Amino acid sequence: MLKIRNLESGYSKLRVLKKISMHVDTGEIVTLIGANGAGKTTLLYTIAGMIRSTGGDIVLFDQNLKPCSPQHIVKMGCSLVPEGRQVFSTMGVEDNLILGGYVRYKRDREYSQTAELKAIYDIFPVLRDRKDQLAGTLSGGEQQMLAMGRSLMAGPKLIMMDEPSTGLAPLIVKEIFKIILGLREAGNTVLLVEQNAKAALAIADRGYVLETGKIILQGPADDLLNNSDVQRAYLGRDVDSDTATCDIV
Amino acid sequence: MSLELFSQYIFAGITYGIIYAIVAIGFNIIYNTTGIINFAQGEFVMLGGMSAITLNYYLPLPLAIIGAVLFTMLIGALIEIVFIRWLKNPSVLRLIIITIGLSIIIREIALHVWGDTVRALPYFTGNVVSSVTILGAPISPQVLWVLAVCSCIVILLSLFFKFTPLGKEMQACASNRLAATLCGINAKNMVTFSFMLSAAIGAVAGCVVSPITSSEYDMGTGLAIKGFTVAVLGGLGNSLAAVAAGLLLGIIEAFSIAIGFPLAFQDAISISILLVILFVRPHGLFGNKEAASLKEF
Repeated sequence: MLKIRNLESGYSKLRVLKKISMHVDTGEIVTLIGANGAGKTTLLYTIAGMIRSTGGDIVLFDQNLKPCSPQHIVKMGCSLVPEGRQVFSTMGVEDNLILGGYVRYKRDREYSQTAELKAIYDIFPVLRDRKDQLAGTLSGGEQQMLAMGRSLMAGPKLIMMDEPSTGLAPLIVKEIFKIILGLREAGNTVLLVEQNAKAALAIADRGYVLETGKIILQGPADDLLNNSDVQRAYLGRDVDSDTATCDIV
Repeated sequence: MSLELFSQYIFAGITYGIIYAIVAIGFNIIYNTTGIINFAQGEFVMLGGMSAITLNYYLPLPLAIIGAVLFTMLIGALIEIVFIRWLKNPSVLRLIIITIGLSIIIREIALHVWGDTVRALPYFTGNVVSSVTILGAPISPQVLWVLAVCSCIVILLSLFFKFTPLGKEMQACASNRLAATLCGINAKNMVTFSFMLSAAIGAVAGCVVSPITSSEYDMGTGLAIKGFTVAVLGGLGNSLAAVAAGLLLGIIEAFSIAIGFPLAFQDAISISILLVILFVRPHGLFGNKEAASLKEF
């Protein structure tokens, strides 16, 4: 579904991604973990067409993406839910959702706005209760759900999520991850970028570990969860001296 | 005050008020998609009026007006494409200063092209002396033209922003450009479109008022100040509120003359109102405080 080969990208002179290769197959949840500044968001923005790549290929649905605008990539069926819940805060909740669906509404005569809205409200019942409210007045968790719902309105085949758990209460994070699992069951493919490595690996099929712009580890999520390097670096567990950490606590 | 005099002042107030409102709506449209105030908005009104007068030498009036509106739209699009589109992450302040600079340039070019003579379009129906009597007051038919055209603009626009996909997309760009792009909206085209739309509206206003107020190269500045006052008074971004605020300001001005204020004080009145509003209710008389607090400017 998505194949990336030797991708290089960055901001003007700053090279952030250095020859990244990865792939996402249909029906998978693939997670990308890494510390701040590793290049996770840059990678997603490059796939979404917000940043021009400087080398390598991105092949989405067997089509080379190189000279594509963000609009075209959304139309192709690849949506990005950006970090930090970027909702249209001065507009109503329902308008936010409707806007997400315009790419399809304009092209597809059989697209039914009401049916799509109903499907989204079934996934996120809380949005139905708040559909007439301004999006900016929602809580953080509700805004995250709205941002996800808005992307789903475009009917993406591949949905990319940038740190959906940032700044949310653990209970809400759990709910969001449950919804992501539900998305896969409904036939979607998910590329999930997370700092919360433990939660992300728990629901993912496969994972990639990104460090300073390079992929240093990859494999099935369970293997990564048990990998001692990953545990030390991202899961906050000191495998060599478990007892020592206990003493400090 | 006799009923006749009273209704004459009211009509004068409404006429000016609705013109201010139209200029304010021009501000609002660009504000709504880009979050900036386009201080060249008054120049769109001037360009509309002046180019219609020139075209009217060669073409019948309706065609001249259509031509003038198209010409002003083209200028609006050019301004956006040449001066604004290619800027990467410009700050709001930078954009505003660009529009102020552009307004000065347009005004000076207009001075070179048209000189400083005061011109006017002919009355759409009748002439200077023809009048319709309403509530005992003789009203120029052109006043009715202004009211009708401006009301149509207001109604069509609010329908446009509420119900059409394009209108909603323009709002979405204003609210969050990153998210709009990720929803598959071409934000840059929306901005160009908003400049064209507000240029067109400004030009229409410039044409319908020309017979009453006359047109000259520097008429834009005064209108822009009044329009800005009205936009802020009503609450930036809210077109219906701009109409109410415009009528309010127009009627206040008309009656300030009625009670004996010198004509020269008119601008001082609107600036004072602007200051009071900015101090007391920066989100405007009808603005939503909640929505205003979610905007960055």
